[in-house]
Amino acid sequence: MRGFLGTPYYVAPEVVAGREYGEKVDIWSAGVILYIMLAGIPPFHGESVAEIFEAVLRGNLRFPARIFACRLVHLHQSRVVARGQFFFPMNQGGGGVARRDGGEPREDEDEDDEEENSDRGLEAWRTDYADERSWEVLQEDESGLLRPIDTKTLVHAQYRRRLLQRSTPAASRIQKGLIRYLYVVIDLSRAASETDYYPSRMVVVAKCVEAFIREFFDQNPLSHIGIVTVKDGVSQCLTELGGSPDSQIKALMGKLECSGDSSLQNALDLAHGYLTQIPSYGHREVLILYSALNTCDPGDIMETVNMCKKAKIRCSVVGLSAEIYICKYLCEETGGLYTVALDESHLKELLLEHAPPPPAIAEYAVANLIKMGFPQRGAEGAIAICSCHKEAKVGGGYTCPRCKARVCDLPMECQICGLTLISSPHLARSYHHLFPVAPFDELSHTLPFRLQQKLPQTCFGCRQSLISHGTKTSPHVCCPKCRQHFCLDCDIYIHESLHNCPGCESRRQQAT
Amino acid sequence: MSSAPSKLYADDVSLVVVLLDVNPFFWAAGASGGNHPAATLPFSKFLKHVIPFLNSLLLLNQLNRVVLIATGTNSCGYIYDSGSSGSEGNNRVPKVYSEILRNLAEFVENDRKVGRGPERVASSVPSLLSGSLSLALCYIQRVFRSGPIHPQPRILCLQASPDGPEQYVAVMNAIFSAQRSMVPIDSCVVGVYHSAFLQQASYITGGVYLKLPQLDGLCQYLLAIFASGLQSRSFLQLPKPAGVDFRASCFCHKKTIDMGYVCSVCLSIFCKHHRRCSTCG
Repeated sequence: MRGFLGTPYYVAPEVVAGREYGEKVDIWSAGVILYIMLAGIPPFHGESVAEIFEAVLRGNLRFPARIFACRLVHLHQSRVVARGQFFFPMNQGGGGVARRDGGEPREDEDEDDEEENSDRGLEAWRTDYADERSWEVLQEDESGLLRPIDTKTLVHAQYRRRLLQRSTPAASRIQKGLIRYLYVVIDLSRAASETDYYPSRMVVVAKCVEAFIREFFDQNPLSHIGIVTVKDGVSQCLTELGGSPDSQIKALMGKLECSGDSSLQNALDLAHGYLTQIPSYGHREVLILYSALNTCDPGDIMETVNMCKKAKIRCSVVGLSAEIYICKYLCEETGGLYTVALDESHLKELLLEHAPPPPAIAEYAVANLIKMGFPQRGAEGAIAICSCHKEAKVGGGYTCPRCKARVCDLPMECQICGLTLISSPHLARSYHHLFPVAPFDELSHTLPFRLQQKLPQTCFGCRQSLISHGTKTSPHVCCPKCRQHFCLDCDIYIHESLHNCPGCESRRQQAT
Repeated sequence: MSSAPSKLYADDVSLVVVLLDVNPFFWAAGASGGNHPAATLPFSKFLKHVIPFLNSLLLLNQLNRVVLIATGTNSCGYIYDSGSSGSEGNNRVPKVYSEILRNLAEFVENDRKVGRGPERVASSVPSLLSGSLSLALCYIQRVFRSGPIHPQPRILCLQASPDGPEQYVAVMNAIFSAQRSMVPIDSCVVGVYHSAFLQQASYITGGVYLKLPQLDGLCQYLLAIFASGLQSRSFLQLPKPAGVDFRASCFCHKKTIDMGYVCSVCLSIFCKHHRRCSTCG
């Protein structure tokens, strides 16, 4: 083949030289395209077409350090995927400069540009590709074609695995520690300002901790949380142990600055000091969110670990960077969990794993019965003198069943007679941990047609038809106790939110 | 009306799941006369109040939906679903009436059969409120799944029989699930006593609780208080709770108590002090 055809940047030297050429020129062009995908600029550069050709002929390949050095991303979290590169701004032409140098989000952009594309649009390659893993919703079918994954059955399969894990026979009789005293230790050292989580580790951690605290109080209504922060090698108690999610979150959001080193020992010492004062029936826990890869300790950390072990404090660590031996050792010794997050959604998932009550290890929990009162809520118009504020109040409030004093909020201790006052809904919120719904049996859909006709045609819960595509029954489940059939959506809802089997609840227990 | 403009949905379109208490022990108690509510308001009369209410809900807005679930003593079941029955057009109202009556008769007969065996002579057997609440919530979840535009669901309990303490945990679970999915539970108590379960349900989920002061005005009360959609409620003066009973029932005798002992490990409630907790061992 002969003849001069092609785009200057992509053309192979043999074409420019006017020699005979073959299919190999395409590979050359493919190489150029690969280079552009990596660097964002063409490899052979010149001010004019002639200059470009000269660069091609001489093989003047350029590797500008300011582009390649900052592209070598060491941390896998922030490594770019090819999909991201397609959105990389190419309009800067041959003299293109990398639009990012270091880790700072650019702020010196043109104002109108900023307004047009919101903060995400500007750095499209940095958008959260983890959220939209388009390749993960596809799978190959038997004929080799790509098809979207049937997400519904997949979600259901995932949920089944979770459910079965939770209800293994070994786990069912383990006591749960339902009255928990938990210190959340947040590492605000220099490492927390890293931007491998967008916009920074610290902000992502704060967001996840907020979600965690809300979920924690939803699942453990009688528990308490306190927050400790570590920075400049010093630990600081941000909030005392308390039962109100909003005040904790407010305190945390106001204190988001990071500097200096982090110190595991100081944090543990501080939490240990507070946790040894709580009543013996409470479960002591520390949950550390650790960004740094080092710890700057004043003494022997092993002693502190031993001290925590003796005080029966369960320490768990969620790492943000890499696995560290001392964290692993700490968790192993104290019976906690050590996990390292891969990305933002994984971090949230790992954190929320700590929200349901952990299995209580027999000697950790001193079980005893505590006397408590269940006060009635006062009528709207009733006037009474409140015992906590020492003033007359109209409406609302609760009346202590022992001394009939009025208190404003629950749960609290009665000021007059010292009885612990709680409302039964507070307790009832955690009962589903004790009486879980048994996992439903999955029904095989290979039954002969005649047998299938005898089975119920609709879901017992929501009356959705279980028949799909004419006569075939779609996959569904069946309660082992009441033998009622449920659709997959109801199965998930019943086990994750309702915690009642509608079938079992709709028949009288013969035993009683 | 199948292609209703979506704007209508932003309006007060409601899905009302009505839980109808068909407890035979309660409704039969009126036969002997006396002060019992069922004496002044027998079941047939009760239905004559309820069915016009259901019809008016359907007539308030073309897109409104009504689901009727019966709460029996041995079973619970769907009686009527305005979305699935093809009764449209002029003869809708009489059809609703006949369909409800037919299904209800079937249900009561079935409920009696399931409960065969030694008939308990106890004057009051509680209805399976937890079962019908669970069914209603499953149905509402299906409506939530149906798409981004769906009617606003709420539950209305028409409760006659007293609470069944053994259903405590299950009813509370249902209440919390309703709270999480923002479904208000309204309750209208026809019976003799206040229902502590329903007081808590309405209080926690933000619904209206009413114990009927005058039974023959049932339909009036239903129309005035429970017919309005959730958006209109903010403009109305609805009955305020006269005090919510937050007492719990103990695990050992299922008695309602206002002071008790709580296990620190599993939070079980007991009415007497035990050496050790019998739930978690």
